[in-house]
Amino acid sequence: MNKIVGKEYLSEKIVKLEVEAPLIAKSRRAGHFVIVRIGEKGERIPYTIASSDIEKGTITLVIQLVGKSSQKICELQVGDYITDLVGPLGNATHIEKYGTVVCAGGGVGIAPMLPIIEAMSKAGNKVIAVLAARTKELVILEDQVREFANEVIVTTDDGSYGEKGLITDGVEKIIKREKVDLCVTIGPAVMMKFVALLTEKYKVPTMASLNTIMVDGTGMCGACRVTVAGETKFVCVDGPEFDAHKVDFDEMMIRLKAYK
Amino acid sequence: MLSEEYLKAERSASWREELRKTIKTKDRIQLTRVVMSSVDPKVRSRNYQEVNMGLTAEQAVAEARRCLDCVNPTCITGCPVEINIPKFIKNIERGEFLEAAKTLKETSALPAVCGRVCPQEHQCEKQCFYVQKLNKPSVAIGHLERFAADYERESKNIAIPEIEIANGIKVAVIGSGPAGLSFAGDMAKKGFDVTVYEALHELGGVLRYGIPEFRLPNNIVKIEIEVLAKMGVKFMTNCIIGKTISHEDLLEMGFKGIFVGSGAGLPHFMHIPGENLNGVMSCNEYLTRVNLMDAANPESETPVWRGKNVAVIGGGNTAMDAVRTALRLGAEKAMIVYRRSEEEMPARLEEVHHAKEEGIEFFNLHNPLKYEGDEKGCVKRMLLQRMELGEPDSSGRRRPSPIEGDTVWMDVDQVIVSVGVSPNPLIPSTFKGLEITKWGTIVVNCDTMQSAQHEVYAGGDIVRGGATVILAMGDGRKAAKGMSEALLAK
Ligand SMILES: Cc1cc2nc3c(=O)[nH]c(=O)nc-3n(C[C@H](O)[C@H](O)[C@H](O)COP(=O)(O)OP(=O)(O)OC[C@H]3O[C@@H](n4cnc5c(N)ncnc54)[C@H](O)[C@@H]3O)c2cc1C
Ligand SMILES: Cc1cc2nc3c(=O)[nH]c(=O)nc-3n(C[C@H](O)[C@H](O)[C@H](O)COP(=O)(O)OP(=O)(O)OC[C@H]3O[C@@H](n4cnc5c(N)ncnc54)[C@H](O)[C@@H]3O)c2cc1C
Ligand code: FES
Repeated sequence: MNKIVGKEYLSEKIVKLEVEAPLIAKSRRAGHFVIVRIGEKGERIPYTIASSDIEKGTITLVIQLVGKSSQKICELQVGDYITDLVGPLGNATHIEKYGTVVCAGGGVGIAPMLPIIEAMSKAGNKVIAVLAARTKELVILEDQVREFANEVIVTTDDGSYGEKGLITDGVEKIIKREKVDLCVTIGPAVMMKFVALLTEKYKVPTMASLNTIMVDGTGMCGACRVTVAGETKFVCVDGPEFDAHKVDFDEMMIRLKAYK
Repeated sequence: MLSEEYLKAERSASWREELRKTIKTKDRIQLTRVVMSSVDPKVRSRNYQEVNMGLTAEQAVAEARRCLDCVNPTCITGCPVEINIPKFIKNIERGEFLEAAKTLKETSALPAVCGRVCPQEHQCEKQCFYVQKLNKPSVAIGHLERFAADYERESKNIAIPEIEIANGIKVAVIGSGPAGLSFAGDMAKKGFDVTVYEALHELGGVLRYGIPEFRLPNNIVKIEIEVLAKMGVKFMTNCIIGKTISHEDLLEMGFKGIFVGSGAGLPHFMHIPGENLNGVMSCNEYLTRVNLMDAANPESETPVWRGKNVAVIGGGNTAMDAVRTALRLGAEKAMIVYRRSEEEMPARLEEVHHAKEEGIEFFNLHNPLKYEGDEKGCVKRMLLQRMELGEPDSSGRRRPSPIEGDTVWMDVDQVIVSVGVSPNPLIPSTFKGLEITKWGTIVVNCDTMQSAQHEVYAGGDIVRGGATVILAMGDGRKAAKGMSEALLAK
């Protein structure tokens, strides 16, 4: 049982929760995720650790209300408990000094991008963040991103904030402007697919953090499997980050619909 | 090894001498083996009720009478933990059921579990005098074991073993499967301060997430764990060693010994075309959803695929559990596709028998080559290769080889792949100082179960690859002996 000690709405449908989890707060690195279960009948659902506070012994999750399970966790209040919380899971992001790193986060994918932006910046990289969302309301955590990124470009589908356009427009603008050594992308599968197609064209190495369906998150079930460079990989233990140019995103999108 | 003198001394206890005289051997061997009743296949294949109903006291006593209390009880040599089989059976014969249970617990930590899931036909029962010398069905040792353990549990007289005075030494257990549980029980008895860490949100390992309710009710495992808790064992779920807490953290926390019982939970796939279509899944995923997450219950939020034409690939216990689960989840046609013949099937005989009674179809000597999906990416049909058996391979089973050009398409809307598992790599890859085989198992001294890293011991599937409950349990006990001797000698 893990207690919720903080809750904030980042937008109407995006909730930030601060949860007591001292052991995880201590051992987690950028790129790690947890699996949560709410209630005795609840399912196991993965969420990325957006940040942690070792002194307070807490981790922060940012959750977008999509369906039944995300709704349940979003409805929890300060003082309520998460029935089960396990982690940190997955491999941490490989952080080193690459040079210029573009971090392209779409929608709720901005949250898991935050610790990567921070770590990449601390490793001495020039970090350019591209934050994309459908509309102004959904551009989250911009201030926190600005704290670490050298530059922030915002795109919205409807032009209500930042530049009107898609995430790929923002990324392409940078690539055309200067040499990019690495691109990291997190967001809906279809968005990552198009970022990958774009950066492949420009031969910019790209990592994507995949958000497949999971059960145990420890390599026991294979629900999370994806095809990378023609081979089957388990996102929970082999990932969640993979070379975006080698991921079969079409297969991944089909697999994400398995229980819809 | 149980010493001959010990067995002899036990056998010459006066009550046993007298009991032997009550019926003549030639009359005992005329008695017929008991048949355990089971729920009607038509009824049980649509619910989750336990299939086997256990023996009544009368049945158990009658069956116990068949046992000849041999001078040389070969059955014991077939038991990986050397249960004193004649002693417990003779206790049943004389009506001392609680004593029988106590005898079981001298060597087995989980008799109610083993009585249900052990492959007795390859172990104790295979070595029984009736099979070896009389060419008759063996004494139903497994059924009797289950009877005694169930009797004790249902009588609410479960003996909490005596605990030696606390010695203040902290030991950690990784994984709450049969290996970890039996290790924990023995160490608690010896006065150690034991904490079990489990990655999942429920305890029991495969007993909880793998083996279905209709074969091993969860409650049985739960009660065994409660006994351990009463003995002072601490349990921490949702804690992954190597992730949440590291090897170094454990040492820093003051643990002087660590037992690794992390199992072999990594599912194999066949890497054939179409295996990532929706509707194709590992046996572990399927069983975990149903057993651990209770997905068959409409109140549970976890979804599960419910195919009408379900094929399970493989011939082990896992495959039998999956195919029979599929039937219970509403499959109209549930089939086993196995590349060898029935004779080579590794599953327990009883499970194959029960599966057939329930109407499972067997496509033996068939092997999938590829799967094809519909426009939505869901599996629709599979191409099977027909096989024939050749010479025996290294495992002693006859090697299957494809019959060139002989293939057949079969319509399916769900495929469950059950072709083996590998050891969980997390501990091997994050613990320093271990020696790991090319199969990913941890190398240990087979007498003490100590690994190359002096404070780390290991047992069960992480050492053996996919094996059995009783072997895992036996390893846990051996490790407890090895580790306690090493720690107390200091
Ligand atoms: C590594 C990883 C990190 C993630 N991080 C975040 C994050 O930080 N913030 C965020 O908002 N989302 C994150 N997600 C996505 C999140 O796990 C869920 O997919 C999302 O919350 C939708 O769940 P839902 O049940 O509300 O809705 P739906 O999308 O409507 O899902 C319907 C059903 O599909 C199944 N399902 C869908 N997704 C999953 C899943 N990932 N695992 C198991 N079953 C699933 C469930 O049975 C669910 O009830 C992450 C996913 C992964 C794999
Ligand atoms: C479906 C199925 C049916 C079976 N049927 C039979 C049968 O009829 N008869 C029989 O004898 N055998 C059967 N077996 C095999 C038997 O269950 C196993 O051999 C036995 O459970 C192995 O025990 P174990 O303690 O080594 O590991 P497991 O039972 O696998 O338990 C390991 C536990 O460790 C946990 N763990 C792993 N890594 C970590 C970590 N890093 N930190 C914390 N926890 C961790 C896992 O979550 C798991 O709970 C069956 C297996 C399956 C899957
Ligand atoms: S979630 Fe089960 S193997 Fe990845």
